[in-house]
Amino acid sequence: MSETASLADQAETETADLAIATTALTKRFGHQLAVNGIDLAVPRGSVFGFLGPNGSGKTTTIRVLLGLASATSGTARVLGHDVPSGLRDALPRVGALIEGPAFYPFLSGADNLRRLDSADARADPGTRDARTARALERVGLTHAARKKARAYSLGMKQRLGIAAALLTPRDLLVLDEPTNGLDPQGTREVRSLIRAVAGEGTTVFVSSHLLAEVEQICTHAAVMHVGSLVAQGSLDELRGSGERVVRMLTPDGDRAVAELARLGLGAAEADAAAAAARRAGPGEVTLEAALPDDGPAAEDLVAALVTAGVRVRGFDVARPSLEERFVALTGEGFDVAR
Amino acid sequence: MPADAVAVRARTHGGALLASELRVLFRRWRTWAMLAALASIPVLMAVVVRLSSEPPGPGEGPPFLDQVTNNGMFVAVTALVVTTPLFLPLTVAVVSGDTIAGEASLGTLRYLLVAPAGRVRLLLVKYLSAVVFCLAASGTVLLVGWAIGVALFGAGEATLLSGDTIGVGDAVLRSLLVGAHVSICMLGLAAVGLFISTLTDAGVGAMAAVAVLTIVAQVLGQLDQLAWLHPWLFTHHWLAFADLLREPVVWTSFTQNALLQAAYVAFFGALAYGRFSTKDVLS
Ligand SMILES: Nc1ncnc2c1ncn2[C@@H]1O[C@H](COP(=O)(O)OP(=O)(O)OP(=O)(O)O)[C@@H](O)[C@H]1O
Ligand SMILES: [Mg+2]
Repeated sequence: MSETASLADQAETETADLAIATTALTKRFGHQLAVNGIDLAVPRGSVFGFLGPNGSGKTTTIRVLLGLASATSGTARVLGHDVPSGLRDALPRVGALIEGPAFYPFLSGADNLRRLDSADARADPGTRDARTARALERVGLTHAARKKARAYSLGMKQRLGIAAALLTPRDLLVLDEPTNGLDPQGTREVRSLIRAVAGEGTTVFVSSHLLAEVEQICTHAAVMHVGSLVAQGSLDELRGSGERVVRMLTPDGDRAVAELARLGLGAAEADAAAAAARRAGPGEVTLEAALPDDGPAAEDLVAALVTAGVRVRGFDVARPSLEERFVALTGEGFDVAR
Repeated sequence: MPADAVAVRARTHGGALLASELRVLFRRWRTWAMLAALASIPVLMAVVVRLSSEPPGPGEGPPFLDQVTNNGMFVAVTALVVTTPLFLPLTVAVVSGDTIAGEASLGTLRYLLVAPAGRVRLLLVKYLSAVVFCLAASGTVLLVGWAIGVALFGAGEATLLSGDTIGVGDAVLRSLLVGAHVSICMLGLAAVGLFISTLTDAGVGAMAAVAVLTIVAQVLGQLDQLAWLHPWLFTHHWLAFADLLREPVVWTSFTQNALLQAAYVAFFGALAYGRFSTKDVLS
């Protein structure tokens, strides 16, 4: 084999390890940049959380990846096929739930699935009924299979949408807010369903703004903010890139702040709501301070504080939770950023 | 390309989507309601003629109504003629305007496309299903017309426009010809509907636009000042069935209409393809 060929092979293997790869992917609606030059790298076999506040461009990215919308610029590959030219070969291996489920209200749940299955020219009609029944069973809808989709509740529709994504064996599952409208029981079921599907080797790309959910099921995540990708990596990498935080509970707030400042830590009283949540007793305050990686060890801090006469009633050094990282990356406000 | 992809490509089931499309079309209440409404026209006509004390004289009422009492099969011809200007195109407008826009407003369009249905394949299947509906619609009027006509008036000899008298076999043939002409008349409209349907995500809007176009085209066809435009209107030959009821049959308008409709299908089919193959599906 010639050298150039083996180099090409190597490049091929590298992208082949990614279920989704984009370079500088951009989508513009008029003047608005809905997706702004993102470089996504979703490893094969991962459960990938695609995070971002409302309007940050998650659904738009998914639409471009699946060929529903064309990219303004940049390139994308899905399962090693170019978007959009190679999607015809990629999409039969991709199951998707995009911005909520959608059905023919006058067809039963099972008929809706058969209809979508027959749209895929590569799906075998011989096994259609069996696969439909199996997909319905996986989402717990066997008993509602013959009910008209019009009569489905929000959560049942969501489940039916997930069933449609599972009609044939998939290499990639793209789920846009899959637990939207589900009851706590349903949310748990979806989570275990995602784990089961991932266990079969399927890459799962799940968009969400529910961090707890992502933290529980994902191996990797990316964070979108106003159309840009602000962070991406394995969960540990994402958490680890945040500074450690010292959190302490004490009745001697002023003295503690002074002592921590002497040790090089700028402490501040945590906001009232957070303090209340940590149930500070009467007269107690909760202090928080960022602890640099080259800062003093936790036990030295406590020793110094106690020596200075601070009554330490609680002390904790922790990496920020994903939620705190998320807020730090995307801003605290509840308002949609644009 | 991975070897497994090649193996998979060898076995495809492209016809399944058309079958599914037709099943969806004929599972809908709406479709049956429209066919039932169309069927009511020949029934109404036949019953009214039957109940009236004296049969309609020559040239009275809708075309060929006077022949109905001689040969019940002419109920079908008269009903086709009566439904062609408005009723039939209205139903075709509903079905063709809904093809893509209806899927978009349900949200199912995005799921069909990622299935993947293929944009060109989906467009073709949608047009074919609209064509099947056109055939079903005129076929309904024809069959119901025959049935009620023969039941109420029997099948005897009838007089053609040329004055010739024809028997039962010929009457079947002639009414089939009129049915074919009317069906072909709807094909261009269905293509226009398909195109309009790719322009919007609102199914009802597309249907209304197609219906309005039908009426506008017929109004323009009445204005003598626009005589130069008339041969190009898709409605131009809609009522040109009289030549099919002469002895011998004059084929000119039948073939001219077929050519015109084919041109409309090609032109608006191409527009629909141009629009839909590059459209961002954001519904
Ligand atoms: N069809 C459209 N036309 C114009 N702008 C659009 C369109 N669809 C989306 N946008 C804009 O693109 C941006 C990204 O929207 P998108 O739906 O991708 O957000 P999202 O991250 O999925 O939000 P959510 O969490 O609410 O689902 C938004 O600012 C939105 O206003
Ligand atoms: Mg969204």
